Amino acid sequence: MDLETLLSYEWGTMAPEFIILGVATALSLLDLFMPKKVDRRILGWLGFTGILAAIVALVSLIGHDTTSILFDTFRLDGFAKAFKLILLAGAALVLLLAIDYEPKEGMKEYRGEFFYLFLTALLGAMMMSSSGDLITLFIGLELLSLSSYILAGMRKKNLQSNESAMKYVINGGISTAITLFGMSYVYGLTGTTNLKEMSLILGNIADPQHVYILGLAFFLIFIGLSFKIASAPFHMWAPDVYEGAPTPVTAFLSVVSKTAGFVILLRLLLAIFASVPVQGDGAEPLPLLLRMQDYLAFLAGATMIIGNVIALRQRNVKRLFAYSSIAHAGYILVALTTMSYFMFDAIWFYLLAYLFMNLGAFAILQLITSKTGSEDIGQFAGLYQRAPVLAVGMGIFILSLAGIPGTAGFIGKLNIFMGALIREPAHFVLVGIMIVMTVVSYVYYFGLFTQMFFRPAADDSKLKLSPGITTVVVICAAATVLFGIMPNLALDFFHQNFNGFSDFLQ
Amino acid sequence: MTFSYFLTFLVFSPLLGIIVLAFMPRTNEKAIKLVGFLATLPALILSLAAYNMYHTGTDLAEFTERVRWITFGDFGSVDENLFTVFYELGIDGFALVMLVLTAVISTLAALASFHIKKEWKGYYMLFLLLVIGMLGVFTAQNLILFFIFFEVTLIPMFFLIGKWGFFEKEKAAYSFLIYNGLGSAILLIVIVLLFARTGTTNIDALRFLMNTPDAPLVTPISDSLKMGLLIALLVAFGIKLPIFPLHSWMLRVHVEAPPSIVMLHSGILLKIGAFGIIRFGMGIFPEQFTDLAFVLAALGVVNLLYGAFLAFIQDDFKMVLAYSSISHMGIVLIGLGALNEAGIQGAIFQVVSHGLISALMFFLVGVMYERTHTSHLSNLGGLAKGMPIAAGFLLAGAMASLGLPGMSGFVSEFMAFLGLFREWPILAAVGTLGIIMTAVYLLRAVLAITFGRADREFDGLTDIRTFEWAPVLVLMGLIVLIGVYPAVLSQPLQATIETIMLGIGG
Repeated sequence: MDLETLLSYEWGTMAPEFIILGVATALSLLDLFMPKKVDRRILGWLGFTGILAAIVALVSLIGHDTTSILFDTFRLDGFAKAFKLILLAGAALVLLLAIDYEPKEGMKEYRGEFFYLFLTALLGAMMMSSSGDLITLFIGLELLSLSSYILAGMRKKNLQSNESAMKYVINGGISTAITLFGMSYVYGLTGTTNLKEMSLILGNIADPQHVYILGLAFFLIFIGLSFKIASAPFHMWAPDVYEGAPTPVTAFLSVVSKTAGFVILLRLLLAIFASVPVQGDGAEPLPLLLRMQDYLAFLAGATMIIGNVIALRQRNVKRLFAYSSIAHAGYILVALTTMSYFMFDAIWFYLLAYLFMNLGAFAILQLITSKTGSEDIGQFAGLYQRAPVLAVGMGIFILSLAGIPGTAGFIGKLNIFMGALIREPAHFVLVGIMIVMTVVSYVYYFGLFTQMFFRPAADDSKLKLSPGITTVVVICAAATVLFGIMPNLALDFFHQNFNGFSDFLQ
Repeated sequence: MTFSYFLTFLVFSPLLGIIVLAFMPRTNEKAIKLVGFLATLPALILSLAAYNMYHTGTDLAEFTERVRWITFGDFGSVDENLFTVFYELGIDGFALVMLVLTAVISTLAALASFHIKKEWKGYYMLFLLLVIGMLGVFTAQNLILFFIFFEVTLIPMFFLIGKWGFFEKEKAAYSFLIYNGLGSAILLIVIVLLFARTGTTNIDALRFLMNTPDAPLVTPISDSLKMGLLIALLVAFGIKLPIFPLHSWMLRVHVEAPPSIVMLHSGILLKIGAFGIIRFGMGIFPEQFTDLAFVLAALGVVNLLYGAFLAFIQDDFKMVLAYSSISHMGIVLIGLGALNEAGIQGAIFQVVSHGLISALMFFLVGVMYERTHTSHLSNLGGLAKGMPIAAGFLLAGAMASLGLPGMSGFVSEFMAFLGLFREWPILAAVGTLGIIMTAVYLLRAVLAITFGRADREFDGLTDIRTFEWAPVLVLMGLIVLIGVYPAVLSQPLQATIETIMLGIGG
């Protein structure tokens, strides 16, 4: 590649990534050279501004045509833009939480790292959503994972945080190995790492033996990636890691990292396996992906059941939210399984709704648990007496997580149901599991209500609100209600700007 | 002349009260109660105005309002209304009657709530939210909107029971939540399936699409699926009504919730079940409904007898009334199962009549509990001496409930059984046993309270006083009015019943 071709690329399409990369680098240098006594929180605000700048850059790119540079290793298509918006918004809110994070033993000299590791993790996630090549996809995945491993262990003197990081590294390593193994089969069959070329080659595959190998590859890739979205069978790390990691990191894992997981899952599954024709009992050959629907449905069902049922027994709020987040991954997998017309809308909207309701809940959780260091559900007792506005805010997030009408969570679930029921044969079993599990989830979500509204407070002291947390709670509550009452603000935006992801493989 | 936003204002008028209450100090008991009561008045006045306009010849269709609300998917090029949910309110004769009933009982229950002892602010805010939900349910013109209002009643009820109820309040609240959550879940599946397959949720449109062969659907709905949908609807609303054996939650609610809330619950919320069966079950699936008519009538007789026999052996008067509600809802089912004009009219009459009677009875329970702190038959006794007026009304209410001619209960029971005797005489003959039992258990309970011997003496009982006069007089007045002049009801109901009869081809 000579300089001329290099310069001819439209580098402007990578502007959001460059901004994040630049800010992360600048922050790490500043952290290194700034005098010890300067409060590192300023770095957090810088990082936050950086993310806002990246959002502005991305919004200005929304009207941009589908572009691919560097031999398709970086693509700017509707899919990338839509999901990068969610990732950036999520990371911005998480950073606000991180600025206000104050564990009992203090953050000491690690506070600076805290901020730029969030940014590098975000960069990895953004690369994943913009990549059309296995290599860059994998690098993005690793960048996100490695940054997250360190973040989970950020409280270096805290036993649980260390345990959390250790478990995360080991489980993450295993899952990455499995994913990579699956990818190696696909590479072996096609001789390319480019997703577009792959789908062309696989579209003409004839040998049934190859199809079996691809089936195996499908399972390996899916199971490996189920680690990132915390779904069965790779969900068991979530409770321990969520519990031990600092709260902003938990929020990051449950929202941004999960979104990134769905992004890479969609990219890989749809690009590779949707084009493989499989001769079945019917006259028309079906794509391999549709043949796999039953297995996906099984995993989605198992994820929902595991998440919701085990959550019933949790007393630790962070563990509770870990299982709740497993359950939500299951709901989104239902949308993926059904592969209906509504699939993209449903997944995108659900992730958007989930971003706001979950981050809002984590903001309040961080505020309440940081003071005593205890994460017992009893900490929420009497919140209505101590801080009525916060209790109502938490109420909104919980109602939305439980999928009660008037909140964004309801519209998200409605969209998923529609996708599952629109075609014959309808996925009645899957919908049945999902709806029954939603009712099961009422029990633990409303258990929090019982604490907040019915129980007397153990400790009557006022809660001290900090600006970061207040902002997050206000934004999230407003968005949750707004998208619940007027979901078309988001849905129309989605339909008008991203062309239904028709440029997915162009 | 059209009335744009008339219904919107009617339904959401309690919101004014909620907003005012939100800015009031928590401790100002008198002002809070006054605002809570006043906030129910606009809905009452407007619904009476609507009733009056109807009588002076205004067409109810003029009240309809319709605004685009949520659009799913991107089908603008095919049909811009496909997969669009409208915000549409409207009333027919049946809905008008239910609206007036709701408004009347809400206002009276707001008065009865003066007995509430703590946290009036939260209580009245939730109370008014509940009223909005109930008013909305009867005016919603599409299924999604109906469902949203339906769920809006669920959340405040959970809190009102769980916080202001009696000893086992939290258990009752959970029981309420889980049963009704399951009911809503089933309902939601039906709604989403209809929406996904037809692209609309408008009730009139669905009525047309489901009963026109070769109607243009997105995906066809087979006859067996229609039957499945109807059964699902019956289960969903059967939990609400409740139909035996889905009733255990409502016993707990009747006993544990504060009496003023039970007035609403027994008076209106249970009636949503009947309303739903008539409006959606009969309206949208008339053909399948005809096939199930006998089952429904038989279930009705089971309800009637089961409730009546169990009411006979209860010691808690609230329990007697709870079983009496089950028994009386059996009459609704009997009327609907008869599937002829008399039967359906009887069923709807019973809905209204029982709403008034049970509101009256539970108001009196509240009055008695306020003074004696018990509702057990073995503790009460000889109240006719201490509070003769209350005892008199109690007796009169019992008479109305057991169907004394000249009161509303008689008209409805007579017509429902008239209908059933025409179709299935033997079943009806068995059912009449229940009517005899009704007289037995009601007289046993009421006589024990008014004249029976008490195991302790109550000193200084005060009779009905000041604000307590309004509910007893209004309710008793309406009960007698319907009893002697049924045309106040039958006239507005006529058009609705004719539409239903047309659907089932009777």
